[in-house]
Amino acid sequence: MKYIAISILLTVFVLCPPAAAFAQDAGGGIDQKIGEIFGTVFGPFVSFIFYSVTINGVSFPLIVAWLILCALILTVYMGFVQFTGIRHSIDLLRGVYSNPEDAGEVSHFQALATALSGTVGLGNIAGVAVAVSLGGPGATFWMIVAGLAGMASKFTECTLGVKYREEFPDGHVSGGPMYYLSKGLAEKGKPGLGKLLAVLFAIMCIFGSFGGGNMFQGNQAHQMIANTFGIFTDTGWLFGLILAVIVGAVIIGGIKSIAKVTEKIVPLMAILYVGTALVILIANFTKIPTAFGLVVQGAFAPEAIGGGIVGVLIQGLKRAAFSNEAGIGSAAIAHSAVRTNEPLTEGYVALLEPFIDTVVICTMTALVIVITGAYADAGGMTGVALTSAAFQSVFPWFGVVLAVAVLLFAFSTMISWSYYGLKCWTYLFGESRISELTFKLIFCVFVVIGCSMSLGPVIDFSDAAIFAMSLGNVLGLYLLMGTVKKDLKDYQARIKSGEIQRYK
Amino acid sequence: MTDTMLIGIDGSKAGEHAVNFAVSQAKAGDTSLVLAYVVEWSPYTFNTPEENEQRHLRRKEEIKTARERVLDPVLKSLESQGIEALGVVRHGQVADVLLQIAKAHGAGQIVVGRIGHSGIKSLLFGSVGRKLIQLAHIPVTIVP
Repeated sequence: MKYIAISILLTVFVLCPPAAAFAQDAGGGIDQKIGEIFGTVFGPFVSFIFYSVTINGVSFPLIVAWLILCALILTVYMGFVQFTGIRHSIDLLRGVYSNPEDAGEVSHFQALATALSGTVGLGNIAGVAVAVSLGGPGATFWMIVAGLAGMASKFTECTLGVKYREEFPDGHVSGGPMYYLSKGLAEKGKPGLGKLLAVLFAIMCIFGSFGGGNMFQGNQAHQMIANTFGIFTDTGWLFGLILAVIVGAVIIGGIKSIAKVTEKIVPLMAILYVGTALVILIANFTKIPTAFGLVVQGAFAPEAIGGGIVGVLIQGLKRAAFSNEAGIGSAAIAHSAVRTNEPLTEGYVALLEPFIDTVVICTMTALVIVITGAYADAGGMTGVALTSAAFQSVFPWFGVVLAVAVLLFAFSTMISWSYYGLKCWTYLFGESRISELTFKLIFCVFVVIGCSMSLGPVIDFSDAAIFAMSLGNVLGLYLLMGTVKKDLKDYQARIKSGEIQRYK
Repeated sequence: MTDTMLIGIDGSKAGEHAVNFAVSQAKAGDTSLVLAYVVEWSPYTFNTPEENEQRHLRRKEEIKTARERVLDPVLKSLESQGIEALGVVRHGQVADVLLQIAKAHGAGQIVVGRIGHSGIKSLLFGSVGRKLIQLAHIPVTIVP
């Protein structure tokens, strides 16, 4: 009943231009006010997270170095598992090692798909455009490098997520950095530090779920819908209100049908998006060598980009980290639901995530932007508008498809992040109906705020909140990587000896 | 030598007919019966995180429901007729799982009821019977 009411409400707003026009007159001031308040409140937080040092006259946020260093160290320490183990990852995904007796439990594929629906989305469409417009084509190169290295971080954190998850008597599971930090470090004789890092992570994850997992999504979806259909242009708050009602219907009202429909359409949208990008690349195959030339040359010898090579590097690394979330710890929450006796199997599957997200999908977007020349004559365009312009220069109708895709991606990412945030919230405040409801209501309020603000303050805050999660998580990964390495050796030996059985 | 017969049931009338047919065959000779209920499930679907979290619970409930509502009543009625049968509940693609169970129990025959779908519905959902006929290495009987 509620669902029907919401549908009607939405239809009325979409199909009633006079109503939208009326609301426009009233809305502009509110948008601006919310933006101002927001910048003042969260400004200090943003500058703390992005504390930068100056190298060669270029400011370098230490947090980016923190993440990429962790990814590189783990890559070497785990013996380049993302390259040597990728075959095994695909075997696991195909169910080669799944006991048919366990059919009906969460499969490796489902755990990966769920985690991916939280990361594939606006980062791949809008974030890449931001990187290319600020850092030039060369940013793509560093994005791919960061994506490949990030696979090792994902491998480690998702293995830990399953290893130290909490299984409740009724059979439901909760896992993620807050659990492996507290339990894992307690095993290492550091229960105090573990608890501290776990709480730090949980707080930052809640902020992250309001920022990158919510406001950034709503903001970009609003921009896209406004640009494409010319509705809600000055009434972001109204768009946000409608979106918040739908999000609330799913996470508070528990209306499964909306989530079900989204979960079915989102993968199709992703395939359509990558497919269209491929068609554009194939149609312009003569320009591909030039584009690659621009990417490589731009990566090492950038022209006319502020900050030179370091500037390009930072743009690429930042966007990759924001898109695939390796080292951030979010995916470990989603991956923990898989049913397996071997935590390592989930690590192997999870390492495919940055590969699909960054190395495949982000690179597609970047190449389309470069190959169509959209980045060169952007004329101040950035974010999703730039990606849209690039695709539309080949297929004028694609704007509509992209607008729908962006809206759905934004929605499914919001649903995923509301879960991550909720898990951290209940870790801190306990699992009760009241505490869950409180979180969900706040989450919906942030949907409205996110849609009301201009890109600048939103992107700053969402970056800061997401990156802040890595503070405790990465430290925990360093302290626990020895445990994972030991388990990995043991697991590889058992695969070799045939103790871990193949079923296909 | 004992012959094993696998019967796929789904709580429908056709499934009931399949059981009756199998029983009439079993009475004639020394045949042991395996009754299987397959919960339609695929490892390649897209779920929300909440669904994944609750999956273990749901699976237990699905198995319990299948046993209580479908399998146990049939087993009971067979028992009252003095026929012993084994009941199995599994998740997966129906035809594939039936074949796996048949192999695991060394069944010599599979009996299933005909699903009364026609036209578009059977095109959309496929047909368990048709798939079994294509893939089975043992005789398959489809009971209308």
